[in-house]
Amino acid sequence: MAETIRLRKGLDIKLLGTPAKDLAVMGLSETYALCPDDFTGVTPKPVVKEQQTVKAGEALFIDKNHPQVKFTSPVSGVVESVNRGARRKVLSIVVKPDAEQKYVEFGTKSVQSLSGEEVKNALLESGLFAFFRQRPYDVIANPEDSPRGIFVSSFDSKPLAPDFEFVLKGNELDFQTGLSAIAKIAPTTLGISASQTDPTLTQAKNVDLYAFKGAHPAGNVGVQINRIRPVNKGEVVWTIDPEAVIFIGRLFNRGVADMTRVIAVAGEEVVNPQYMKVILGARLSSVLDGRLNRNEHIRIINGNVLTGVKATKEDYLGAFANMVTVIPEGDDVNELLGWIAPRFNHFSVSRSFFSWLSPAKKQYSIDARIKGGERHMIMSGEYDRVFPMDIYPEYLIKAIITGNIDKMEAYGIYEVAPEDFALCEFVDSSKLELQRIVREGLNNLRAEMA
Amino acid sequence: MSLRNYLDKIKPNFDEGGKLHAFRSLYEGFESFLYVPNTTSRNGVNIHDSFDSKRMMIMVVIALCPAMLFGMYNVGYQNYAMAGLLEQATFWNRFWFGFLAVLPRLIVSYVVGLAIEFTVAQWKHEEIQEGYLVSGFIIPLIVPATCPLWILAVAVAFSVIFAKEIFGGTGMNFLNVALITRAFIFFAYPTVISGDTVWVVDHTICGLGADIDAISAATPLGAAATGISSGFSIMDEFLGFIPGSVGETSVIAIALGALLLLYTGIASWKTMLSVFAGGIIMALVFNAWGPEGNAVAAMPWYEHLCVGGFCFGAVFMATDPVTSARTECGKWIYGFLIGAMAILIRVMNPGFPEGMMLAILLMNCFAPLIDYCVVQKNVNRRAKRTAK
Repeated sequence: MAETIRLRKGLDIKLLGTPAKDLAVMGLSETYALCPDDFTGVTPKPVVKEQQTVKAGEALFIDKNHPQVKFTSPVSGVVESVNRGARRKVLSIVVKPDAEQKYVEFGTKSVQSLSGEEVKNALLESGLFAFFRQRPYDVIANPEDSPRGIFVSSFDSKPLAPDFEFVLKGNELDFQTGLSAIAKIAPTTLGISASQTDPTLTQAKNVDLYAFKGAHPAGNVGVQINRIRPVNKGEVVWTIDPEAVIFIGRLFNRGVADMTRVIAVAGEEVVNPQYMKVILGARLSSVLDGRLNRNEHIRIINGNVLTGVKATKEDYLGAFANMVTVIPEGDDVNELLGWIAPRFNHFSVSRSFFSWLSPAKKQYSIDARIKGGERHMIMSGEYDRVFPMDIYPEYLIKAIITGNIDKMEAYGIYEVAPEDFALCEFVDSSKLELQRIVREGLNNLRAEMA
Repeated sequence: MSLRNYLDKIKPNFDEGGKLHAFRSLYEGFESFLYVPNTTSRNGVNIHDSFDSKRMMIMVVIALCPAMLFGMYNVGYQNYAMAGLLEQATFWNRFWFGFLAVLPRLIVSYVVGLAIEFTVAQWKHEEIQEGYLVSGFIIPLIVPATCPLWILAVAVAFSVIFAKEIFGGTGMNFLNVALITRAFIFFAYPTVISGDTVWVVDHTICGLGADIDAISAATPLGAAATGISSGFSIMDEFLGFIPGSVGETSVIAIALGALLLLYTGIASWKTMLSVFAGGIIMALVFNAWGPEGNAVAAMPWYEHLCVGGFCFGAVFMATDPVTSARTECGKWIYGFLIGAMAILIRVMNPGFPEGMMLAILLMNCFAPLIDYCVVQKNVNRRAKRTAK
């Protein structure tokens, strides 16, 4: 039986547009793309030319600094374009899919008989290694490191996030194979939710199992690591999303890099919020066309509302996005005298809004407005209430803003990722861009330490 | 939505190159005052809590209103009582007299302070920070209703510039702006804020009130410090019918504000509670072992809390999130030391009967040190983990 860890701090934001538990299977999208920006910390070097044919599982680009890390095409087809931006930065590599999908055959393998090194090589070859991220710095893992451990969180507690137990249906075997495979690389820990009952999760093999109870960010892998065994200076741990563990399982069970995944299409502006089976990198228009309430004054988010990126229908499903959210943009709303109006229907952690009068189960409509100006940090303890790690977030943020590397280290920057600060950013009355600040701090530190 | 259209129409005048560009900060201030800004997030989280610093500051101002209204009434009450005309004056006579006495101070405080804020915002190309909404409301409450307007103006200018703006504005100051205003008056012009002649208005205003020739009305604490009894009952002190700074006298009015601040979570209950705990414990200590013949030391703990602005300081000043300790554990220590220090100063130094102001300013200076120690424990724990 897994040890249960209860988190007292945190906040569940209840938004309108929870996905219904039915699955729509999507046909092939017009185009697919990999965007190197999704893979933080990588310097991409394209290895394909336009009009070249690729199979699913064939490399589109590699990391200049670690050429063995390949980023492979999710579909077979013809490379339509390699899009570059300012200073020839690679923005995306677009593939037009074949009607009949062809996969690179990596050959089925029995995980039990493989060594950690062999598993790692198989993952590097198939491009699935690119789904490992590392702490510190929250960047794509370096294959030359030997991590202290690998952490997987099997639930996503962010607003409207897909239920992994639903995503897991039909993939149970692959998930367990994936876990067994990565456990060969390093001791692996699986963090499950105390409310999850699927035996694939509650009786997962070859992993250390911990159950977490509490509001968001209980599902954030960073919080789980901090509670189980925090990352110290000089140590490296890897993290991987549970959906990517399924990809890894498929690689060994079926011999192909099949990046088909189940995502949630959710949010207030979606007509029928539900789950969809798509291939990673699909064009968002193929997911959203005919499913939106309106076409203007909406915000399409590649991912969830807290850490996702603002997108358009012409963008592509992010490599790490397990959902697409559509909420009102709010740029057409003019709210009179907001500082004094009671604002009954506004969600807030502060009881200065009278929404606490309504039942706790109520779901709220929240748009993308910042609803205030950026200020210096004024209120104290705001972040603490939603930050269940053994870290003083305010002090860490101040150390990052002032660029004090010694203090950043002392206050625990090696343990955090920008996503851990997403809730702090949501509740912040000073409206500071905390995730950007943390990202810049991590990048500076990484450059400094290199 | 014609107001919205009008704002949009005049907006270009305030942009770079527009003929009213020098008033850009003023325009933005009023626009965001009228409408919630509808700028949407560019990066980071896509949704934000509706709570912002405007909402927070306004909640504090609302919480201060009972103290302000009662303070105005009490200014009239004291004048009529001193003149012996209390029976003839109606409730509204008393209130309007006090209103007219306090209003100029409120106006001076806001005009001087906000003018500086707007100028700095314009100069730094920043938005107007609304911190002064609270400071400007508190300042008239913590000075006597007789405070000369020019002295108040000088003090406000001094404190806004030297206690706040030079550090970078609201959120970067380490001393409470309103208290620095009071401290400036206290040390630069001691005669207008101490003694027994300044606490009651001695002349008529617009035909209201009464002229009084020789005033002698010490605050209860000032009287005790000089060893004479003020003659006020504990009930007077609790309800607030005593001479003193405008808003600090009534425990009831302050308690109403405290309820709002605690309920909305804007003020820290930890700080507030520990200030009272510190004050009570220190008062009991002096009751038991205090110096012989010291009337303030012999004052019972509940009276200590009712006089000298103790409650006002505990509720509205000690809990200022910017200048108080920021760690949860630090708040306990910070608050406790304020309470204890306030009573200590009152008892040991009869020259400074209003120990609360000095205690809070002193602890403002020490708050970063307290936080440093609390955070350092976390840092040491982390360092120990690495060393293993």
